[in-house]
Amino acid sequence: MLALAWQRTNNTPPRIAIIGSGPAGFYTAHRTLTRLPTSHIDMYEALPVPFGLVRFGVAPDHPEVKNCQDTFTKVASHPNFTFLGNVSVGNPSDHDHGVGVSLGSVMRNYHAVVFAYGASRDRKLGVRGEGLKGVYSAREFVGWYNGLPACAGLEPELGRGEEAVVVGQGNVALDVARILLSDVDVLAKLDVPEHALARLAESKVRRVHVVGRRGPLQAAFSTKEARELMRLEGLAFHPLDKGLFPEDLKTLPRASRRLSEILLKGSPTPVSTTPGGKSWSLDFLLSPSAFLSSPDSPDHLSSTTFTRNTLTSPFSPTSSVEPLNPPETITIPSSIAFRSIGYKAAPLQDFQTVGIPFDEGRGVVKHDPAGRVQHTPQDGGKVFQGLYCTGWVKTGPTGVIASTMGDAFATGDAIVEDAERLSNEGRIKGGWEGVLAEENVARERVVSWEDWNRIDGAEKERGRELGKEREKMVQTEEMLEVLR
Amino acid sequence: MSAFRLCAQRLPGLRSFPKQPASAITQKLAVSPSPPSRAQLLNAARLSPRPQLRAFSASARVSHGHVDPPKPGEELYVTFVDKEGEEHKIAVNAGDNLLDVAQAHDLEMEGACGGSCACSTCHVIVTDQKYYDQMPEPDDDENDMLDLAFGLTETSRLGCQVKMTKELDGMVVKLPSMTRNLQASDFK
Ligand SMILES: Cc1cc2nc3c(=O)[nH]c(=O)nc-3n(C[C@H](O)[C@H](O)[C@H](O)COP(=O)(O)OP(=O)(O)OC[C@H]3O[C@@H](n4cnc5c(N)ncnc54)[C@H](O)[C@@H]3O)c2cc1C
Ligand code: FES
Repeated sequence: MLALAWQRTNNTPPRIAIIGSGPAGFYTAHRTLTRLPTSHIDMYEALPVPFGLVRFGVAPDHPEVKNCQDTFTKVASHPNFTFLGNVSVGNPSDHDHGVGVSLGSVMRNYHAVVFAYGASRDRKLGVRGEGLKGVYSAREFVGWYNGLPACAGLEPELGRGEEAVVVGQGNVALDVARILLSDVDVLAKLDVPEHALARLAESKVRRVHVVGRRGPLQAAFSTKEARELMRLEGLAFHPLDKGLFPEDLKTLPRASRRLSEILLKGSPTPVSTTPGGKSWSLDFLLSPSAFLSSPDSPDHLSSTTFTRNTLTSPFSPTSSVEPLNPPETITIPSSIAFRSIGYKAAPLQDFQTVGIPFDEGRGVVKHDPAGRVQHTPQDGGKVFQGLYCTGWVKTGPTGVIASTMGDAFATGDAIVEDAERLSNEGRIKGGWEGVLAEENVARERVVSWEDWNRIDGAEKERGRELGKEREKMVQTEEMLEVLR
Repeated sequence: MSAFRLCAQRLPGLRSFPKQPASAITQKLAVSPSPPSRAQLLNAARLSPRPQLRAFSASARVSHGHVDPPKPGEELYVTFVDKEGEEHKIAVNAGDNLLDVAQAHDLEMEGACGGSCACSTCHVIVTDQKYYDQMPEPDDDENDMLDLAFGLTETSRLGCQVKMTKELDGMVVKLPSMTRNLQASDFK
């Protein structure tokens, strides 16, 4: 309705820039083009390839989750949609031959600008020894096995010992554990890049501790992820202490109850005492206090120490923890460790120049409930005309694709609601052509959707030769080479 | 063949970019019993004048919905109540799943994972317990996904997992709004 009214009163179609091509960017585009088909959307993506964490986060053994790419591909086929790959907005490009444009220029040339650039940093623990060799962030490791160019050279030290520690108990932590413990022959059929497969094949890791500060009823992972690990063939789960759960599970809310049942049931494979058996455990109520090396190899991790915690109200999902009194510590031998305590969004560098506030604590752009970017309360809390945010940079780095989608739809609805007012200001906006006129851009380096289709085709072709879904290119130069 | 490849071939269409809005409406009206409801007429009126949409999906790869219209006399009926409260009564075949049906009729059901029980964006609420009880129980995988669905109820199901049967003839399901899930979906 709004769309029709708008068409009658105005001939300038609203031009919208979306920064980021993950699920948030695409579902926002989807909603906006559905409700306002005359709008023009330019989607900027810093990498030469689209889809954000669907390509570089979602685990290779979750191919069904990636089916949302089919929807995104259809959105990209809309005549009013333009993909501008290999173009970073507001930050310098992080790779050679990448293009960077200023946020100021983008803001001048569009009626609306949408921040959908996700959360590409990670949180640090801030404990001693975090810089030792063998201590990685889960984000880097995930990027490595998914072929993220910036992490392709990680070379995680998987061959030094049998025991690994993952600090954190969210779904990403369980993804990491599952990849570490999966049969490489199974992974070889998926889209894990060859360099990662080769290294995983030489991994000595057989025992993974997934360690959390709190208890099972406060853990963030979902039933699906726990069940997947329980189902892995030949993988044993170390049984849990029943005292961690209420006597009557029926008193718990549905999701907690179902999760508790899975954890208490455990794995069909018993923990074997024979060498070579693989196993994992959930180690609760432990906070890491230091990563330690051994005297014969002072640069390398050899063990991780933790202090024991107790829950203030054990069966409440929001319970906090305090250290045991008197304190107790435990040490887990570990030749490799991953901290998986959350992704983190950062402000774009140009936010300062254009005066957009960023909530560093929560790692989000300040916004109203729908997703309009807002001034800080000290500055009156008013919304910025024509600035929006969506996805992880709006909600913080939590939530599955379904929730990111719901959130992106809310932002899309806000854009549609505001569109008439935004473009009624009367000014015609130059869009991408306008940005090109202002900025010094090597045009030939910009990756179009057709270009992406060529990269996609080349990856699938290479995959076919190797008997897998696709063989990802892990270097941006390689991707751009295909387009020469 | 992996589940992924199977699903990639199914490619449920984008509900919201109908290929031929006009014929979709005709179909909707044609399969409806006796006179079309007010809601359907409203819907038809609202959808028809949108020529831009056609240009868009001409290039879309596959059209939506992989359900055949039922043979006369063999129709089963299911009614979807959308977020605006409008009812859409649709004639379907035994064996059709609710995601395919909804997408074939341009109802707002995303189906992000293409019906492979991995996303919960096809959540439906069965309005009458009687019909809910007629369905085979959800399996573990469906329940795991329902755990993540926003606004879960006692009679919630995933549309992609519910197949129409004679017992379900006349069933009414609600499409909940896809607002943000604030529950157990922490992807930290
Ligand atoms: C390891 C992991 C596994 C996951 N597994 C699942 C799963 O199995 N199922 C599920 O439902 N959900 C899963 N999720 C959650 C899901 O990935 C997120 O909900 C979703 O990707 C968030 O979308 P987004 O668009 O906000 O961010 P992103 O997907 O991160 O997209 C942001 C995009 O913006 C681009 N960008 C960044 N800066 C700039 C710039 N300056 N200019 C231009 N472009 C820029 C980035 O390159 C990226 O492509 C997982 C998440 C992680 C981290
Ligand atoms: S379509 Fe994804 S769970 Fe049904």
